[in-house]
Amino acid sequence: QIQDLPGGPAVRQLNLHDAATRIAGEQAWLHWFMLITCVVIFVLVFAVMFYSIWKHRRSRGAKPANFHESVTVEVIWTAIPFLIVIVMALPATKVLVAAKDTSNADLTIKATGYQWKWGYDYLNGEGAGIAFLSALDASHRQMSDEGARGVMPNDYLLKVDNPLVVPVGKKVRIITTANDVIHAWGVPAFGVKQDAIPGFVRDTWFRAEKVGDFYGQCYELCGKEHAYMPIHVKVVSPADYSAWVVAEQKKMAARLDDPAKVWELTDIAARGEKVYAANCAACHQANGKGAGPIKALDGSPLLLNAEKSAAIDILLNGKGAMPAWKQLSDTDIAAVISYTKNAWGNKTGQVVQPADVQAFRAK
Amino acid sequence: MSAVLDNHAHGADHAHDHHHDHPTGWRRWVYATNHKDIGTLYLLFAFFMLMFGGVLALGIRAELFQPGLQLVNPELFNQLTTMHGLIMVFGAIMPAFVGFANWMIPLQIGASDMAFARMNNFSFWLMVPAGAMLAGSFFMPGGAPAAGWTLYAPLTLQMGPSMDAGIFAMHILGASSIMGSINIIVTILNMRAPGMTLMKMPMFCWTWLITAYLLIAVMPVLAGAITMTLTDRHFGTTFFNPAGGGDPVMYQHIFWFFGHPEVYIMILPAFGIISQVVPAFARKRLFGYASMVYATSSIAILSFIVWAHHMFTTGMPVTGQLFFMYATMLIAVPTAVKIFNWIATMWQGSMTFETPMLFAVGFIFVFTMGGFTGLILAMAPIDLLLQDTYYVVAHFHYVLVAGSLYALFAGFYYWAPKWTGVMYNETRGKIHFWWSLISFNLTFFPMHFLGLAGMPRRYADYPMQFWDFNAVASVGAFAFGLAQVYFFFFVVLPVMRGKGAVAPQRPWNDADGKGAEGLEWEVPSPAPFHTFEVPPRLDATATRVLDARVQPSNPDAVH
Amino acid sequence: MSTSAHGTTPYYYVPQPSRHPAMMALGLFFVILGAGQWINGVEWGQWSLYFGLAWVAVVLFQWFRDAVRESEGGLYSRKIDLSYRWSMSWFIFSEVMFFGAFFTALWWMRAHSVPALGGIDNAVLWPDFKGLWPTAAPGVTASPGNIIEPFQTMTPFWLPTINTALLLSSGVTLTIAHHALRENHRGKTIAFMWATVILGLVFLFVQGYEYYHAYVDLNLKLTSGAYGSTFFLLTGFHGFHVLVGMLMLLFITLRLMKGHFTADRHFGFEGAAWYWHFVDVVWLGLYVLVYWL
Ligand code: HEA
Ligand code: HEA
Ligand code: CUA
Ligand SMILES: [Cu+2]
Repeated sequence: QIQDLPGGPAVRQLNLHDAATRIAGEQAWLHWFMLITCVVIFVLVFAVMFYSIWKHRRSRGAKPANFHESVTVEVIWTAIPFLIVIVMALPATKVLVAAKDTSNADLTIKATGYQWKWGYDYLNGEGAGIAFLSALDASHRQMSDEGARGVMPNDYLLKVDNPLVVPVGKKVRIITTANDVIHAWGVPAFGVKQDAIPGFVRDTWFRAEKVGDFYGQCYELCGKEHAYMPIHVKVVSPADYSAWVVAEQKKMAARLDDPAKVWELTDIAARGEKVYAANCAACHQANGKGAGPIKALDGSPLLLNAEKSAAIDILLNGKGAMPAWKQLSDTDIAAVISYTKNAWGNKTGQVVQPADVQAFRAK
Repeated sequence: MSAVLDNHAHGADHAHDHHHDHPTGWRRWVYATNHKDIGTLYLLFAFFMLMFGGVLALGIRAELFQPGLQLVNPELFNQLTTMHGLIMVFGAIMPAFVGFANWMIPLQIGASDMAFARMNNFSFWLMVPAGAMLAGSFFMPGGAPAAGWTLYAPLTLQMGPSMDAGIFAMHILGASSIMGSINIIVTILNMRAPGMTLMKMPMFCWTWLITAYLLIAVMPVLAGAITMTLTDRHFGTTFFNPAGGGDPVMYQHIFWFFGHPEVYIMILPAFGIISQVVPAFARKRLFGYASMVYATSSIAILSFIVWAHHMFTTGMPVTGQLFFMYATMLIAVPTAVKIFNWIATMWQGSMTFETPMLFAVGFIFVFTMGGFTGLILAMAPIDLLLQDTYYVVAHFHYVLVAGSLYALFAGFYYWAPKWTGVMYNETRGKIHFWWSLISFNLTFFPMHFLGLAGMPRRYADYPMQFWDFNAVASVGAFAFGLAQVYFFFFVVLPVMRGKGAVAPQRPWNDADGKGAEGLEWEVPSPAPFHTFEVPPRLDATATRVLDARVQPSNPDAVH
Repeated sequence: MSTSAHGTTPYYYVPQPSRHPAMMALGLFFVILGAGQWINGVEWGQWSLYFGLAWVAVVLFQWFRDAVRESEGGLYSRKIDLSYRWSMSWFIFSEVMFFGAFFTALWWMRAHSVPALGGIDNAVLWPDFKGLWPTAAPGVTASPGNIIEPFQTMTPFWLPTINTALLLSSGVTLTIAHHALRENHRGKTIAFMWATVILGLVFLFVQGYEYYHAYVDLNLKLTSGAYGSTFFLLTGFHGFHVLVGMLMLLFITLRLMKGHFTADRHFGFEGAAWYWHFVDVVWLGLYVLVYWL
């Protein structure tokens, strides 16, 4: 049985999420204000209409009156809505101006939309320099394909491998941009949604008021896996945040590969298989057969070819529906090409070394 | 409709009419220059497209009935969404209103036909290859376009060949709309019978006149936007490619400059139909005719300066957001005037509730809910939460289905007796109404909750917590779809076959003459093939023909 | 029709059923089908396109022939004349809106997207891009992504200025022809009409040469980023409209030579003239906004 997901949607939720920031609280207030005003107007207006429908029916012997014009009432019922609208616009203006003020942030994080995952770069503030990708947990994608049958987790389609971690009570500025098409970075509990536009940066901000996990999704149609690029923000205490930063920086250092290293086929293919599963399998499928317009890699002449640069080129620069993968490291790109050159029926025995990729990039 | 057809097949020997031999068989329709025939063609085409778009919607709803992917893969899902939107907007709702315009405008203003009868037929026949192209794109390599009906760049640049087919089809549809609109404008401005001044014109003609202006102003802009998409796709231009100095957001500005007026293009003629139906069944003249005209014009003018309310999350400067928020909210004022005038028309009337009136009242009631959710979306800070969620989907189906589509139904029930010469079955009409009303709300009301809870639109799969309301919506959608099938087989087909009580010339009038007004009721039912070939002499209100030759006792003389 | 006794003008002539509209729609089907395929590298696409275009041309010819016959046969009343006037005006209005989309694109890129891409906000993404207009300024990358080969911009001298002169004088010759027609000087009308048509033709040749010059000497191409995109699409669509306008004028001239039109009834002439003036005005916009600024 599915339960509410704290910080995410609740079962049969009727209204906005519980606010985790002041702006979200203001938005919730505005929404109530609008809802109540509109319902009141609605009830008043339609009370009149249904009264008339009831009272002035022919079957009750109503005789039609003759009036059909009155400048006075027209003026009145133009003026009143006009005033109501002004009253509605005032608080909205206040909240909007506050929501748009991204100045004086404690922490600046760049969120880059990729097809189909988010990349986070900590630019300013504590933790600057940390960078990682955040994608939907692969098992959830699998469950979706299988029809979401059986016992399902509460965070179905919202679980990511690497959540965004931020400190509580700090003003976090999110800079959005995108690598391929437009995405949108939104977390309902924070009252935040900002399109991520390729080639341009935009920004938004939030100051989380409580510790916990908060969930959002990609809100702009970005291709076939649009439904599968969730956002998970972990809000932690400042102390926990500092600890996380230290740990993350250590991990980053460990992850750094020596681009000059010369790899053996088995090692690099093993690494490539992971890269493939994380990035490529969504389209090209785990069996490399592709689907519909997606090209099959199994038996692809491009991969069977001994000339390596064509494959490197497509990975770095994309082509048609194939996005560019230049954000991956040289080692990862070399690994995934080596893997696909040897997986399935492709038994070429060829290895692409990180140095090849590096050389190609330098061109 | 065949009732009309039969009536004229044997009426072809009008002695005085030897120039206009009535063509028969397929030539009558393919070579048509008669506004009534062309109107019928438009209506049939639109209904067919409604079915097609509806089946696509049912595909969406079936997939979303429960979490997980069951029936379609995500690529196909996006194709369904996109094509559903495109086909409903450009294939169903717009052509249906043009069909009404063709049938009713010449009749209502006492003109013999549309101003350019051949071009009129051209406008219709352009829809067919374009519609075929859109529908056929499902079978092209890579499937149909899947970038949403708004065709945002740069996602469109990733689409397969069907995108180009879609773009060319939209060019053709645009050309058709522009020619249709010019025809309507010229007909209204130039062909009114003497005495039919602009301010005596029926509201339906007014709303269409204004709509036609919207169309000629914005369809070319859409053509420009998709042309840029085309050259970006194939000829290396960089309008929407930042690497070359372009801007994806520029596409959105150009598109919505078209797109927002477009949604009023789909609602203003609906307002027109409601403004005809309500007075007829209240047996009272439309309240505040002049202010209705001004309100409609204000809505049209305002519609040009609100487009960026679809773009609150693109990150405009705060001043821009405020401007578009205020301008959008202002539209509530003229719309309010319209709603109030309709209610004032009902006030102290002598109302009956035949099906057209039911749909009209249903329209006013449910459309207003959609209007209010529009207003809530117009509040930029709230829209930051609701943009691209199911709340938006709920909003626009309330205004498009319960708005535009209901008005089309109201208009159909209201005028079908004039078109076909037979009365539809009242009981079935009422069943259609109540069935539609209930299942419509069942489908789309829960979407408000989904949107508030943050469920994004254009999603092939969703978190478990959204399940219940999605399931309800899907059940509702199938029920609503079935209601329309019922409508077609049990209401439309019988009247097309001429089955039903013979319709009197003035089906909606009481014995004392109170009820529907307007020149369309001055000609017999069914309306003869040719009407008002000589401009009729009108009385001072321009609702009655004085000329004795146009009296029902002598229907043949109407020609 | 009670008033359409032979020889008299009907109150409002409604044409007989006609196969032209459906035929033309069918032709256009082959056009869009072919264009959509060809553009994606499908061979037969071009044949469908050519076939469709030829088909459309034939139908167009037949359609206009019918309309001309009706007009010359005296079937068009004053009311119809007025209808044509309204329709031509609103058609030109919609054309203005079409060009508006492209002028807007030009303005947006110049005033907004190019400066923004070179601004500090976007320096994270495009550190080397300066955001100057025209984007070909020396010493900077011509585009944010540096995907564009260096090119030079088109200066107003001399080709565009020659073209301005050509179009403006064609406006004058057209007006002279119109006055001559009103005074019933047929010979003079026809002569000046030919002059107008030829000026239009020369304009097209000069523009063709300008494009050649752009591609070969300036390396200014459709692919030259924001500048190239807007330059070629604006001038290209304008050039296409010149072609259409010139063809209209050509057919009007041929009709004049066949003795069509009278001193006080010649809307066909006037409609084409309006269109020509519209094309002229768009050019002035281009001349200022594209070439000078
Ligand atoms: C027929 C079509 C139609 C109509 C009539 C409207 C009418 C309105 N729409 Fe809607 N809209 C759409 C079709 C339509 N819309 C579509 C298709 C989309 C989505 C497009 C897409 O993204 O795919 C959309 C999206 C949309 C958005 C963007 C949402 C988003 O993507 O984030 C917004 C935001 O401002 C909006 C606002 C409005 C408003 C303020 C009105 C107003 O005109 C409503 C006015 C009416 C009333 C207010 C009710 C009656 C008034 C009274 C009873 C009087 C008293 C009231 C007061 C004084 C308050 N609409
Ligand atoms: C213009 C009018 C219009 C109309 C009338 C409708 C009608 C319907 N719409 Fe749609 N809709 C749009 C315009 C419209 N829509 C637009 C513009 C979008 C946005 C697209 C985008 O995001 O790009 C959209 C998006 C949209 C979505 C969101 C998709 C997504 O975000 O992924 C959904 C989901 O439920 C939906 C559902 C429906 C349903 C259930 C109907 C029902 O009313 C349909 C009723 C069904 C029928 C009328 C069919 C009857 C036929 C049968 C039952 C078949 C019977 C078979 C035989 C007889 C053999 N629509
Ligand atoms: Cu990324 Cu939708
Ligand atoms: Cu809008």
